[in-house]
Amino acid sequence: MHELSVTESILNIASRHAEQAEAKRVTDIHIVVGKLSSIVDDSVQFYWDMISEGTICAGATLHFQRVPARLACLDCNAEFELSAELIPCPKCGSVRVKVLAGEEFWLDSIEITR
Amino acid sequence: MSSIRVPVIEKILNANDQLASLNRKRLDEAGVFAINLMASPGAGKTTLILNTIRALAPEIRIGVIEGDTAPVTIDADKVLAAGMPAVQINTGGDCHLDAPMIEQGLNSLPLKELDLIIIENVGNLICPAAFQLGSHANVLIASVPEGDDKPYKYPNIYRGVQVLVVTKTDLLPYVTFNMDYFRQGVEMLSPGLVTFPLSCKTGEGVTEWTNWVRQQVKQKRGQ
Repeated sequence: MHELSVTESILNIASRHAEQAEAKRVTDIHIVVGKLSSIVDDSVQFYWDMISEGTICAGATLHFQRVPARLACLDCNAEFELSAELIPCPKCGSVRVKVLAGEEFWLDSIEITR
Repeated sequence: MSSIRVPVIEKILNANDQLASLNRKRLDEAGVFAINLMASPGAGKTTLILNTIRALAPEIRIGVIEGDTAPVTIDADKVLAAGMPAVQINTGGDCHLDAPMIEQGLNSLPLKELDLIIIENVGNLICPAAFQLGSHANVLIASVPEGDDKPYKYPNIYRGVQVLVVTKTDLLPYVTFNMDYFRQGVEMLSPGLVTFPLSCKTGEGVTEWTNWVRQQVKQKRGQ
């Protein structure tokens, strides 16, 4: 459970950019989360409502864009997604793989009113 | 009054990562090598630290930063009893150490009088993986009784580590642990990962690990 510190970071980043853009308030926040980054959306939302109160971001809606964990097989070049556990290449069974996506964790954009 | 979209594209843990870089710089300037030791609870983090101290002190001067979720000083007390400076960081229930906590820890240690700092992270296979501390090596411990499926279930922590220590190998005859299956999962996530299988109980394999640590410390001193 490290969602509190994560939520504080989201608030800090969003507030800073909102002030730079001379916003009156922030209405929406778009976050990109890879499946491998182990963040629980609901917990972030829970903390968000508490810590954003009284800030420029109060009441803003959080949107999470989930990026699937995508791997590439280094032997047959097949690309595949992980649904839950780590698996070998479903096409050729090789365990020589490379993680292509799924570790993203960034704040993509905010929507503001002036 | 229409809403305006403002692009941000900023890593959410950017502030932590920047402070981690400052911690790293401070360690570099003091010529101190730092290890971030991560594992699940009970994997043998403190035991490995105590064995490392036994093998390397006083030749190498070691300080320890102990992370715990509650104000219990059992681990720090053991290190102090071994004659090494230790600082206890109570995370107040948080599941991991982060860069600001390490900054505080470094403030409490006599950096100029140290060669090596071992940071014992909170026992947890999920959260510590996300937070850079500024250490030179992320070291993960996997203990044999935890089972051979951990890389498959907790892939995140196996990414971004430089060394893997497999502890309690003396238990291999008694528990179901398929080393080939385990290593296959590790290889998928961190190809070529440096791995030290060892038992602190029998001492088997401990020297290979402590030799690696000594080597890193010497390199850091020489820079």
